[in-house]
Amino acid sequence: MLKDAAKFEPKIVAFCCNWCSYAGADGAGTARKNYPANVKIIKVPCSCRVNPMFILRAFQRGADGVILCGCHPGDCHYSTGNYYTRRRMALLMSMLNFMGVAEDRFRVEWVSAAEGAKFAEVMNDFVVQITALGENVKLRDLRCKK
Amino acid sequence: MLKITLDNLPKLLAALSELGELQVPCENKSGKVDFEKWNAEKRPRFDITLTSKSAKDLFFPQVEDLLAFKTKGKNLSIEQIMPSDKKVILMGVRACDIKSFELLDKVFLKDPVDTYYKARRENTLIIGMACSEPEETCFCGSFGIDATAPGGDVTTWITKDALYWQANTEAGKTLTEKVADLMEEAEASKVEEQAAVTKAVLEKMPLANFKVAGKIPQDELKTFNSKIWEEISAGCLSCCTCTYVCPTCHCYDIRDYAVSDNHTERYRCWDSCLASDFTKMAHGNPRKTKVERFRQRYMHKLVYFPNNNEGDFACVGCGRCLQKCPVNLNIVKVAKALEVSEDV
Amino acid sequence: MQKIAELMRAKAVELLQSSKAERVLAWRAGEFFYDNAPAAFNDVDACQEIVYNEFCPANLAKYLIEATKQQKKTVVFLKPCDTYGVNQLLKDHRIKREYFYAVGTPCSGMLDVKKIKELGAKAITQITCEDNKVIVETPYGTKEFAKEEVLLDKCMMCKGNEYKIADEELGEKLEPIQFVGDRFAAVKAIEAMSAEERFAFWQEELSKCIRCNACRDICPACSCEQCIFDNQEAPVGGKAAADDVEEQLFHLIRAYHVAGRCVGCGECARVCPQGVKLGLLNLKFIKDINQFYGAYQAGEDATTPSPLVSYKENDPEAEEAVQRRG
Repeated sequence: MLKDAAKFEPKIVAFCCNWCSYAGADGAGTARKNYPANVKIIKVPCSCRVNPMFILRAFQRGADGVILCGCHPGDCHYSTGNYYTRRRMALLMSMLNFMGVAEDRFRVEWVSAAEGAKFAEVMNDFVVQITALGENVKLRDLRCKK
Repeated sequence: MLKITLDNLPKLLAALSELGELQVPCENKSGKVDFEKWNAEKRPRFDITLTSKSAKDLFFPQVEDLLAFKTKGKNLSIEQIMPSDKKVILMGVRACDIKSFELLDKVFLKDPVDTYYKARRENTLIIGMACSEPEETCFCGSFGIDATAPGGDVTTWITKDALYWQANTEAGKTLTEKVADLMEEAEASKVEEQAAVTKAVLEKMPLANFKVAGKIPQDELKTFNSKIWEEISAGCLSCCTCTYVCPTCHCYDIRDYAVSDNHTERYRCWDSCLASDFTKMAHGNPRKTKVERFRQRYMHKLVYFPNNNEGDFACVGCGRCLQKCPVNLNIVKVAKALEVSEDV
Repeated sequence: MQKIAELMRAKAVELLQSSKAERVLAWRAGEFFYDNAPAAFNDVDACQEIVYNEFCPANLAKYLIEATKQQKKTVVFLKPCDTYGVNQLLKDHRIKREYFYAVGTPCSGMLDVKKIKELGAKAITQITCEDNKVIVETPYGTKEFAKEEVLLDKCMMCKGNEYKIADEELGEKLEPIQFVGDRFAAVKAIEAMSAEERFAFWQEELSKCIRCNACRDICPACSCEQCIFDNQEAPVGGKAAADDVEEQLFHLIRAYHVAGRCVGCGECARVCPQGVKLGLLNLKFIKDINQFYGAYQAGEDATTPSPLVSYKENDPEAEEAVQRRG
């Protein structure tokens, strides 16, 4: 199938923790669940490895949406990592909202290793959402365009 | 000498903006006054003595692209990115800032000439404005600058009801011819009266008697080794506020920015000798401590620069560092400390 | 205030002579009445130059990092609000208790020379403070202001006159500024805007930034050995105020990095040469933390863990938290 050249194809960055969400992505593949190729996965040891700057930087360098996936709270491979993630990302999301940028382009989801179907579902849903929002211009690095 | 009433001033500004990009001190939304491109909606603030930032940005912007490297297959192309050749009319520049252009010229127009600076400088016409309400932080007099006669291609004076206009250079005269219709002939007496009042105020200012020339030992090694540096730098935060608001500070860094895999841009941006990564080399910053970096800034302004430039200090007494330093350290305090220090 | 300055000089001399400390951190007078600078005093003679008046806003806490590095026992004069910053530095293990001797110094609010100038006093030759009046002399005549009109913004949100850490207190506590109203009022006003308005507001605000880093360098919570924005190896390293987006990233990351550790001293906004309303970003984090995870004041003591290094099993999810705020 040829791609429609005029159709907007968002770039989505997905930070996935090694133990649950990345395995969940694997699970989606094994189970032949489709999710769009717009999603580029970056594997991290734990969702709490993700510094808020990673997310902002992804937006800056051209991502239209960023999603962070980790183990369900209570199931962290390192026991408590994702509890910290949850606090950090709540504050980040609230601040993005406060600055009028990108809050709806950023999502946090908990996906376990057994939830391949959920992984595909979340990604499909997120791609639809970002496609509807269109290109991210507010948090792009504009210097290269000057 | 010509004059125009203040009611008619917008007409003059409009006429000037037809002749080039008119930059005047304008109040922005946050209440700060800085040089901005004028249009009929903007409110010029000639009543403010000093703009928040200095006027050096017009010739030496904080960030400026120099080159672009592009690859296509195995071919590499290098493009020079030159500033646009638009004509700029810079109006309302005070005597201190005009002197700073002269000092920057000594740096950028000396061989090897900085083509970026030169291009902007040559495309800009300067309309100076005499000060009538100096601030207590002003000390341009310490460097022999007359706040009431700023110079420039054209000099202007603002009184309660009119703007007075006097062309100084050929370029200034050509410009005057184009806008003379809007103005009427005037006597210089009003201007002289104002200058006398301004000078009287300046004499009452706390820094009226502050002098630098002849007071600071110009022996580089001795001043360098003075004991004052350790003590006076203790309060410095090593931020770059003084450098960035200074009309004469001119250091910059050159960096590359990867736009994409096959496109890189080389830009320069202001730098400060107070920054920990200034002139960083393989072994690190040659000035490893805050004391050394602090000393460098003032040695450059008060000793090295005059020693290399016929005695001109790299300071024009605008007083921006006195107003803006978060911890109230500034060149006046350093110069006074050097002066009384026994070991130099 | 004059009396306090005398007490400070006497105390500094006493502590140096009794060998309880090697160095004193206090303020030194400048060219004008209002430009006192933080300074170190190394001997008894130098201590005679210590001054104190309504223009000593700078928090001396940050200089204790250097004292700790040099392992020099230092006397530090702390206004009540400054003590929060010291506690935070202790908590962050950036200073050591054995290297400083804290002397609580009474304060009844610091004044803002910028406000005095904005109210029309040009070419100030003298400022005198009497009770609640501030009298400013200029060549164009004398102007008189009420103290509330010219208080520093940070003093309008005074935290009170208690010292959160002090080896001893100097003289009697002074009456603190009574803060009335809501410290989050300005934050709430922005929250009430539409997303587009919020975006426009911050674009305008942050595009003023010239990246001098004064906000970072004065901040008692910003105490990294090397800031990531100074690190040439980091892709975000850079001195450029290239465009608003860079500034947005810098200020967002800076505010985030001090979230949960920001003591709300307001120094970042005070020192900004461009008048960027930086305090709003920090206040926003403080407000969110209080609302999502319970009231917390950084610097209250040197031991309670920050909300960002602790958690509860039933914390709200990110989306939920944003919605709950409404």
